[in-house]
Amino acid sequence: MNTRKLRDAFGTKVMLALTLFISSLFFLVFILLLYRSLLVLESHSIIEVLFSSTWNPDAGQFGLAAVIVDTILVTGFALIIAIPISLLSAIYIVEYAPRRVRKTIRPFIDVLAGVPSVVYGLCAFLFLVPLVKDVIAPWFGIQSTGLCIFSAATILSVMVFPIIISLCIESFDAIPLALKEASLSVGATKWETVKKVVFRAAAPSIIAAILLGFGRAFGETIAVNMVIGGTIRLPNSVFSPGETLASLIASKYGELMSIPIYESALMLVALILFIVVFIFYLLGFLVLRRAKKRWNT
Amino acid sequence: MVSNQIITKNLNVGFHNHHVLKDINIKIPAKQLTAIIGPSGCGKTTLLKSFNRLLEIQDDVKIGGEIIVDDVNIMEPGLNVPDIRKKMGLISQKPYPLPMSIFENVAYGLRIHHDKNSKELAETVQHCLEEVGLWKEVKDRLHDPASRLSVGQQQRLCLARAIAVQPDVILCDEPTSALDPIAAQQIEKLLLKLKKDFTVVLVTHTLRQAKRVADYVIFLYFGMVIEQGPAAEVFNNPKSPEMKAYLAGEIS
Amino acid sequence: MNRRTIEENIFKILMIGSLCIVIGSLVIIFGLVIINGASSLSIEMLTQTPTPTTPGSPPGGGILNAIVGSLILAIPATAFASLIGLGIALYLQTDFLTPRVSNSIRFMLDVLWGIPSIIYGIFCLMIMIYIGMSSSILVGMIALTMLEIPIITRSMDESIKMVPSGLKEASYSLGSTKFETAFRVVRRQAFPGILAGILLGLGRGIGDAASILFTAGFSNRLPTSILDSTAALPTMIYNLYSTPLGQSKAFAAAFILLMIVLIVSVLSRLLTRRFKKHIIK
Repeated sequence: MNTRKLRDAFGTKVMLALTLFISSLFFLVFILLLYRSLLVLESHSIIEVLFSSTWNPDAGQFGLAAVIVDTILVTGFALIIAIPISLLSAIYIVEYAPRRVRKTIRPFIDVLAGVPSVVYGLCAFLFLVPLVKDVIAPWFGIQSTGLCIFSAATILSVMVFPIIISLCIESFDAIPLALKEASLSVGATKWETVKKVVFRAAAPSIIAAILLGFGRAFGETIAVNMVIGGTIRLPNSVFSPGETLASLIASKYGELMSIPIYESALMLVALILFIVVFIFYLLGFLVLRRAKKRWNT
Repeated sequence: MVSNQIITKNLNVGFHNHHVLKDINIKIPAKQLTAIIGPSGCGKTTLLKSFNRLLEIQDDVKIGGEIIVDDVNIMEPGLNVPDIRKKMGLISQKPYPLPMSIFENVAYGLRIHHDKNSKELAETVQHCLEEVGLWKEVKDRLHDPASRLSVGQQQRLCLARAIAVQPDVILCDEPTSALDPIAAQQIEKLLLKLKKDFTVVLVTHTLRQAKRVADYVIFLYFGMVIEQGPAAEVFNNPKSPEMKAYLAGEIS
Repeated sequence: MNRRTIEENIFKILMIGSLCIVIGSLVIIFGLVIINGASSLSIEMLTQTPTPTTPGSPPGGGILNAIVGSLILAIPATAFASLIGLGIALYLQTDFLTPRVSNSIRFMLDVLWGIPSIIYGIFCLMIMIYIGMSSSILVGMIALTMLEIPIITRSMDESIKMVPSGLKEASYSLGSTKFETAFRVVRRQAFPGILAGILLGLGRGIGDAASILFTAGFSNRLPTSILDSTAALPTMIYNLYSTPLGQSKAFAAAFILLMIVLIVSVLSRLLTRRFKKHIIK
């Protein structure tokens, strides 16, 4: 009897300790990054770091503007490609596809989601980069090695597809049949029902999916690093090489690990990355939770 | 001489290999209120939804036979289904206002089908809301989301939405089962008023409601039509044992 | 009316086109990896470590170091993460905490799931340097564990959520304590779902490069102790992808990774299906 109680209490305490530790992990990471960034912030104002485009660590210059511009270009471009393709695919799967197709597509999407970033990068390097160099860039009259913002954005959009598609499928499925019937019985076509009722009803979930997709794209390190070209300079076009905040960390870490102020600069980059991704995920999950509550009433 | 709005000939409906409706041959008289009654699960809603071909949007549905609306077999292949549906309005058990404002709900069908200018649109919307007795209650908040209305008001809104496109028939699937008694009574009164201009088909599982409002009755039992006829006849002189049992409350 | 049908048809074409792009991307990726990977896979590739490169001749040998490294890193990491994850998930599910607190923790875990894995690598790297260690299997394992914990915990959490609460109540009414209920009844019911969560974590951990890039280092030799640096399949790909001569190794490694992803996907699908069938309702 006593041992039961003892075992019970012990087990409970252990689980509680674990839970507390893991919950605090988030704050631990944040605090550590903040702490290590302080060094570079002592001698460089945050404005200078964010808005100067000169990155010359040897001369003590840590301007991130070029990197930030590249990050915005890569992420924005990737989402511009990914959002319509994902939305249209999701609608097709839920509303138009024959049942057999619907059942076999879901596993495909899951597998897409599980492919590691390095493999995406490898395939992009072998397939996409030469394509950009020999076909796409020349078509625009631009010379490019293929290692550029465009390639990074393209492979990134493929990586974002599964996130948006599966969230959209979930939310389209949750829309009650009777709502669609209400629209159809007034004589609307299926597409009009989709346009005017389904999209509107699922709008919060779609927004959440986009936010989560943004978060993923913003933080993707490896695949981007492998095809973006690693140049820290304001880009001339999307076919110029560049560097995103995430890929910068991977690129420069080896070089800069030894010198404290360089390392601190990179920690600052990591901190910015952490904060931005966190905000995207926070917003995305909040919107998603509100949307889910609506459909459970 | 009462003309028949809807006639079915040997209508059979199967759902996932269940034979839900078996050889249905019925007539629905025009500009009257027809009640489809019977125990739960016997196919009443299925029959209702076959009239506007709404069954087909689900998977695994097989429909055989003819449904003749105004002398046209709507089951003929190649017909434009949205146009067929436009002729029939549908309101469901639980009111489902579209995720838009009150005004837009009623205007929904109008915007799709007609190129009316905004003045005509507003007039039609007002007219429909007046017909269902909602106008006074909502005229100051037309652009509020429809979800803010009470359940009873929402159901009347759904009715307004349905009649806005001037259908010939209004199909009602147990429209009062989610409402409180007062709201239910309002809907019943409305249907009685509307039957002057539209053919109303009402699925109900309350015998008392059918007795209150029906002109014509169809009794459905396990997917088969056991009796049909004018209400007075069916209720006062039931011919089949099942109908008698149902009237006596033995089966429900 | 015609305009409406035309519009619908245009969008139908766009929809099918979009789906083709999505599926096409998957096909291209698998195609590239399978074709290039299969051709570089050989007994030599799988059982040898890379031979030292002499100038003028292509690098030889295989990727055994990466295979062994990946296994040594991912399997213990997944094991630890699963134990910890199970504890947390069970704790969340039984009624020890108020729903508000447990939902906040769930949210925290979701955010941790979404954080770029390089942050975990950097975190462990910082601690590693502070303590004075150098990159090694140990640190890499810790980074992977941190990465996998949110994934595994939340998956398990979702599976356990599906255990109907009636079951928990029945257990309480028979006199079990909360802990015993957690351990015996809930865990058993949700077992296939829990396994699926573990597989998900394993798949993610084995494929991740960013977290182990700095923490586990790289080496062309097989590791001999837990303090050695080691290669892993993802880091091998990352290091060798850009040289035409190293690409054969990179594709061989990618092939193995992709096969693992497929197996994990298929297995977890089977498990969740079996799980759904056997839930007592």
